[in-house]
Amino acid sequence: MNMTNAEMNRLRWSCRRGLLENELVLERFLHAHAALLEGERLAAFKTLLGYGDDELWDLVSGRRECGDPALGEVVRLLRNC
Amino acid sequence: MAVARRSFDAVVVGAGGAGLRAALQLSEAGLSVAVLSKVFPTRSHTVAAQGGIGAALGNMGEDSWLWHMYDTVKGSDWLGDQDAIEFMVREAPKLVYELEHFGMPFDRNENGTVYQRPFGGHSQNFGERPVQRSCCAADRTGHAMLHTLYQRNVRARTQFFVEWMALDLLRDASGQVLGVTALEMETGEVMVLHARATLFATGGAGRIFSSTTNAYICTGDGLGMAARAGIPLEDMEFWQFHPTGVAGAGVLITEGVRGEGGYLLNKGGERFMERYAPNLKDLASRDVVSRAMATEIKEGRGAGPRGDYLLLKLDHLGPEVIEKRLPGIREIAKKFADIDPVKDPIPVVPTVHYMMGGIPTNYRGEVVVPAFSNGRSDPEAVVPGFYAAGECACASVHGANRLGTNSLTDLLVFGKAAAESIIKFLQENPGRKDLPKDAAERTEARLARLDGQTNGESVAEVGMEIRRTMQAHCGVFRFPDMLAKGVKKIREIADRASRTQVKDKSRVFNTARIEALELDNLIEAARASMVSAEARRESRGAHDRADHHSRDDSNWLKHTLWYKDGDRLEYKPVHMKPLTARTIEPKVRTY
Ligand SMILES: Cc1cc2nc3c(=O)[nH]c(=O)nc-3n(C[C@H](O)[C@H](O)[C@H](O)COP(=O)(O)OP(=O)(O)OC[C@H]3O[C@@H](n4cnc5c(N)ncnc54)[C@H](O)[C@@H]3O)c2cc1C
Repeated sequence: MNMTNAEMNRLRWSCRRGLLENELVLERFLHAHAALLEGERLAAFKTLLGYGDDELWDLVSGRRECGDPALGEVVRLLRNC
Repeated sequence: MAVARRSFDAVVVGAGGAGLRAALQLSEAGLSVAVLSKVFPTRSHTVAAQGGIGAALGNMGEDSWLWHMYDTVKGSDWLGDQDAIEFMVREAPKLVYELEHFGMPFDRNENGTVYQRPFGGHSQNFGERPVQRSCCAADRTGHAMLHTLYQRNVRARTQFFVEWMALDLLRDASGQVLGVTALEMETGEVMVLHARATLFATGGAGRIFSSTTNAYICTGDGLGMAARAGIPLEDMEFWQFHPTGVAGAGVLITEGVRGEGGYLLNKGGERFMERYAPNLKDLASRDVVSRAMATEIKEGRGAGPRGDYLLLKLDHLGPEVIEKRLPGIREIAKKFADIDPVKDPIPVVPTVHYMMGGIPTNYRGEVVVPAFSNGRSDPEAVVPGFYAAGECACASVHGANRLGTNSLTDLLVFGKAAAESIIKFLQENPGRKDLPKDAAERTEARLARLDGQTNGESVAEVGMEIRRTMQAHCGVFRFPDMLAKGVKKIREIADRASRTQVKDKSRVFNTARIEALELDNLIEAARASMVSAEARRESRGAHDRADHHSRDDSNWLKHTLWYKDGDRLEYKPVHMKPLTARTIEPKVRTY
């Protein structure tokens, strides 16, 4: 992982959500997989954090499938958190 | 340190339902409006509201605002102010139709009218039978409402300060409120936002408990800021426990599940709510259901290996109803309880959900405090330039216990009412008062203390201690010795909270610093709650004391006011007189 302190902090703050459901999953994710966050995975994670809470929860809970193959791996990791 | 300043007609702190509804009114009136939010507006906690907005539209059968008023007063266990309640229930249908015209995608009946679902505590004909009063957009009412209001605000050119955290309220020597100081997270810089009127819509403080349905952002910032500026906090002993939080996770299972026909079972498979509330059963008011559940657990009828939860059964509704009317529920149960509710019941426990107390306001959204002037005392003198709406405010419509769906109603009605009051105040007071020279002093001192602290306390540990103490000493059932110990403990923790230290001294998005600043607010909300709860020697609504089992109207039909200064309490009368209706006289509350 080659994120700066500021980048990591920004990422952590983006995990503050309106839905507790998302926060719990994102917290588990950061705990388990923060070290994996670089390159395309990091980009995918950032894209997902940019989603609205319901959209994100739909993907995480499997209520909706992810259309974008670039996000697939991170969505899978989130689903297992 | 020279602190940069910007000036606005109105500053709104908070971009949830209440803040957005207010900001819209203000921007549409042509005022310059700054809305601050710790997170992107549509990530405010309002997004989590699933169940709906309470309004007596009468789309599903006969309904009337008087019945809605009766249910709300009774739900509040007579602690709600009846003028504010009448105002809210009469305005509610107008505000719902307004939202409909803004484009809110409500569920519909076949005849095109807004679909309304049943919800706990709402009844027809003064408690006779349940009524369908909750206007919803599937299980995404809050989401739809936030998006609808946000879009309207963008159109009205409201200015958003996203990822800005308000730190302190600014008052001059006369007590008038003149804006806030705020931290821009991106740069770590502090700015003074000078305003002719300031509205707090900062939401709740559920994070003072360890088991809560609230998101991490609900740290009671508005309460902390108000308390530090000398404003008392009202009725903070009243915390609503939602009957159905997923055991262990806190995540909420909406009451809509019981509205659609789900019900609770104990370990013996008994539908125990029939014993506690023969008429409304599982749809009785939240405090009644939570207490019944806590009793079942206490008396050894809880389910699970440790007997510490109950079971919410909905498989009999069939997968189709569950998918169509309650789609999110299935995924939540799978993820956080590891069961599929189409087949198995969900393990649930009463979980902290909603703060009935808050910053004292009248039904116009003006902040009111006791004052003494011209030789007479006024329990509710208006603080010029200061307004509050939504969960952070106490109007008080929810009294000792809020009815489900009445919070979204509150956000809309009092968000708009507060904005109307601001518009009038600005018309009557056209100038702009100067800021005192030392306006940012309190904030600068707080930050200097935090940045310079050595050998200090860990923010995470002190936060954990607050949550543990509140959960153990101020839960569904309250015991006098536990409360007394709780007061002592929370005062000790407050002392520790004044010595927090952060190791990360960076500026940009320093989340450790932000969390330390949030802790300053959590501790005020917690202290207010514990001290107020210890003092109230009766049981009313959500406040249930083991040594005083019943409501005591002769001594306690009054609102609590907690002051940070001196950590002391005062009381003020409940408004028993509605605006036009007849007083709903106190009686025993049964469902
Ligand atoms: C899971 C769940 C479901 C619910 N369902 C329903 C329902 O169906 N019906 C109903 O009536 N009620 C429901 N409620 C209650 C209701 O959702 C809330 O009471 C309501 O949404 C609170 O809205 P608000 O506008 O007061 O605050 P919030 O939506 O919490 O917004 C607070 C805003 O203040 C901002 N803020 C806070 N502190 C600061 C600061 N220091 N500086 C800058 N900005 C700040 C935040 O960023 C945010 O924008 C539910 C609650 C939960 C937890």
